[in-house]
Amino acid sequence: MKVLMFGWEFPPHIAGGLGTACEGIVKGLAHNGVETLFVMPSATGDEDQSATTIINASDVAVDTALMNETDFLDKVQYIHIGSNLVPYVDPEEFTNVVEEERLRQEKDFRISYGQKYKFSGKYGTNLMEEVARYALVGGTIALQHKHEFDVIHAHDWLTYMAGIAAKRMSGKPLVVHVHATSFDRSSNENIDTRVYDIERRGMEAADKVIAVSDLTRNIVINKYGISPDKVVTVHNAVDFSGRENVFVERGVRDKVVTFLGRITFQKGPEYFIEAAAKVLKRTKNVRFVMAGSGDMMNRSIRQVARLGISDRFHFTGFLRGADVQKMFALSDVYIMPSVSEPFGISPLEAMRTGVPSIISHQSGASEVLKYAFKVNFWDVDAMADDIYALIQYPALASFAEKEGFDEVNRLKWNNATAKMKQVYESLIK
Amino acid sequence: MKKSICLYFQVHQPTRLRLYRFFDIGKDSHYYDDFANRTILKRIAQKCYLPMNELLLEAIRQNKGQFKVAFSISGSALEQFERYAPEVITSFRRLADTGCVEFLSETYYHSLASLASPAEFRHQVLKHKEHIKELFGVDTVTFRNTELIYSDSIGAQVREMGFKTMLTEGARHIMGWRSPNYVYTDEIQPDLNLLLRNYGLSDDVAFRFSEKGWSDWPLTAEKFVDWLEAAEGDIVNLFMDYETFGEHQPRETGIFDFMAALPEQILRTGNMEFVTPAEASAKHKPVAELSVPEAISWADEERDVSAWLGNELQQDAYNKVYGLVEKLSLVDDPMLWADFGHLQESDHLYYMCTKYFSDGEIHKRFNPYDTPYEAFINYMNVLSDFIIRVNDAVSQK
Repeated sequence: MKVLMFGWEFPPHIAGGLGTACEGIVKGLAHNGVETLFVMPSATGDEDQSATTIINASDVAVDTALMNETDFLDKVQYIHIGSNLVPYVDPEEFTNVVEEERLRQEKDFRISYGQKYKFSGKYGTNLMEEVARYALVGGTIALQHKHEFDVIHAHDWLTYMAGIAAKRMSGKPLVVHVHATSFDRSSNENIDTRVYDIERRGMEAADKVIAVSDLTRNIVINKYGISPDKVVTVHNAVDFSGRENVFVERGVRDKVVTFLGRITFQKGPEYFIEAAAKVLKRTKNVRFVMAGSGDMMNRSIRQVARLGISDRFHFTGFLRGADVQKMFALSDVYIMPSVSEPFGISPLEAMRTGVPSIISHQSGASEVLKYAFKVNFWDVDAMADDIYALIQYPALASFAEKEGFDEVNRLKWNNATAKMKQVYESLIK
Repeated sequence: MKKSICLYFQVHQPTRLRLYRFFDIGKDSHYYDDFANRTILKRIAQKCYLPMNELLLEAIRQNKGQFKVAFSISGSALEQFERYAPEVITSFRRLADTGCVEFLSETYYHSLASLASPAEFRHQVLKHKEHIKELFGVDTVTFRNTELIYSDSIGAQVREMGFKTMLTEGARHIMGWRSPNYVYTDEIQPDLNLLLRNYGLSDDVAFRFSEKGWSDWPLTAEKFVDWLEAAEGDIVNLFMDYETFGEHQPRETGIFDFMAALPEQILRTGNMEFVTPAEASAKHKPVAELSVPEAISWADEERDVSAWLGNELQQDAYNKVYGLVEKLSLVDDPMLWADFGHLQESDHLYYMCTKYFSDGEIHKRFNPYDTPYEAFINYMNVLSDFIIRVNDAVSQK
């Protein structure tokens, strides 16, 4: 069996967690005897191709056969237009702007036939344009490799349009894989409707939808109106092969409780800070670290100062590479109080380093981790209780450390991808 | 009686902190960015301190002792001179030897100790007094607090330490209809004379000198002398940062030529003379008492202490560092005491100021950090390491 897979990034050059997951997936699929053709917008050539064949979309010229697909062009242009809206103009002017823009784009896209487009493959301001162009290239690749694959698999909204185009061009079944939704990126009221529309379009066009947790599966069903029998949960796994635990000499003698991730609304930083203040009222031999950056960072710093705990609550800023491992190695407790987390791989990393974790029920990871401590994100008292217990009662901590370590080592992509293979098989018949 | 012109220049350099990360806490107790401190100090010595000292020395010689000035040099700045540019000390000593220069007392570390702890305040003032005596051979009799911070209760402490004169800001909300161009006394300490900065005329030189959009640009010595003559009152107190000359106002603006011409222009009028703060205090009879229950300063539009203690970040950092005073009193490790002093420098709190809109420009100019948040995080990381060392020292007792 062979899969045409659309991703956005692939190690070693990654900005988010999606690339890491994709690598785990193609390796796991290979283990299960499934071959993959992995398409990405901008490959650099140093990707590990032992388990997959990488196709660099920047090297592919758009096929002129697509030109007759006017319906398709309309669809693509629809998102393209959306990306260039000019705010604050009066209605009449707005119509002119849109019309001008439509003409410009049509010309633009005509020119792009028969030509290559150099993708950045990043998450920049022209993301929407790259997503649209990726769809054109995706359709072309599907045509060119029509006889080499059985199923199409597209990861997250960035690649859904490409997946749809590929399905249209090849007639092969489409699986979209939901790693996160618009509802995990912002609060309910102000989601990006352009992204939401692409997501819904992808899920509707798909023959099956894979969600990374039951939590995400429910969002797909309830917020995108997708039929439940089309949506399958396959929990994420994590690949620890080749990972050596780093040893770091400790500077501080106190216990260290760590939050590591983007400091944004979804990650619940303020609940962690409140819980920290509560713990510090009962014991002094503990320090709290918020590692990462994000739009709530400054607010969090002010909150810490207001609570008067800034000699015990530290901010590291954004950590990369070895510093992340170092931070885990320095920690006694890991905490992920997310308000909404489709899965959340970081507690698995922490537990693998031997750090007991406290996670919120509102995370996908809580569905698979038996030995993580679980609290509701808003329940700062429960959070404080668990932190206090883990730093004060060594028997509890060492139990959680040992069991947690074994547990995360059992979460293998080989098992997760076996489920994906079943999904493919159900579509090929 | 001739009108008095009292010139006082503030000399201070902060001990800037290095990038100190969470990972360094408990492992590395060197806190300072020696490279930046050395580079900046050497640059300002070349652009400001050395040429300006030379210019003032020449003015004293030319006017045969009729020209006088006062300096307050923070201990933090003196330490950096001694370490990186000893020729600056020599140059100040030459000025001291003329007898026309008064050196003022302040807190050794340019700190906010006067607001936080009477014991620490006293400790730093005496430490500074000793150091000035040692370097320049003079006894200080006049006090000026960090950034001219003053209140009735600070005045009481200052008087208790034996000072008869203190400098502060002629803050509008304190003065009301009254003019800063007279000598006043403290309401609670009637024998402490107060000299008040004339902020209008001082800032004409310190801030507006090179502002081309200013209606009075360019400012010439002749024009400025006219304004001084026109000013009503006994005395005009021109207090400013010494770095105004050559650093804030670069040489190309003509600031040195202005200062070179000014002494003679003033003396030539025949109705004005230069005095040091101590002389001004002896010469003029106080006209009234001032009541200052809340601390004032020369900073920002508000002329209060909000530049250092205006937001929650600054307040928490301040509370944490001054929360250590008692513990420090139990140990006599000179390294700990030196670090404690440097961590009290008011500049560290100033970098955390979030008043971006009204006075953001000037705050930005003196700030090595991109954001107040970065300043806070870095400072608290350093302080966290320091607290560990203090606790260790106390528990080893």
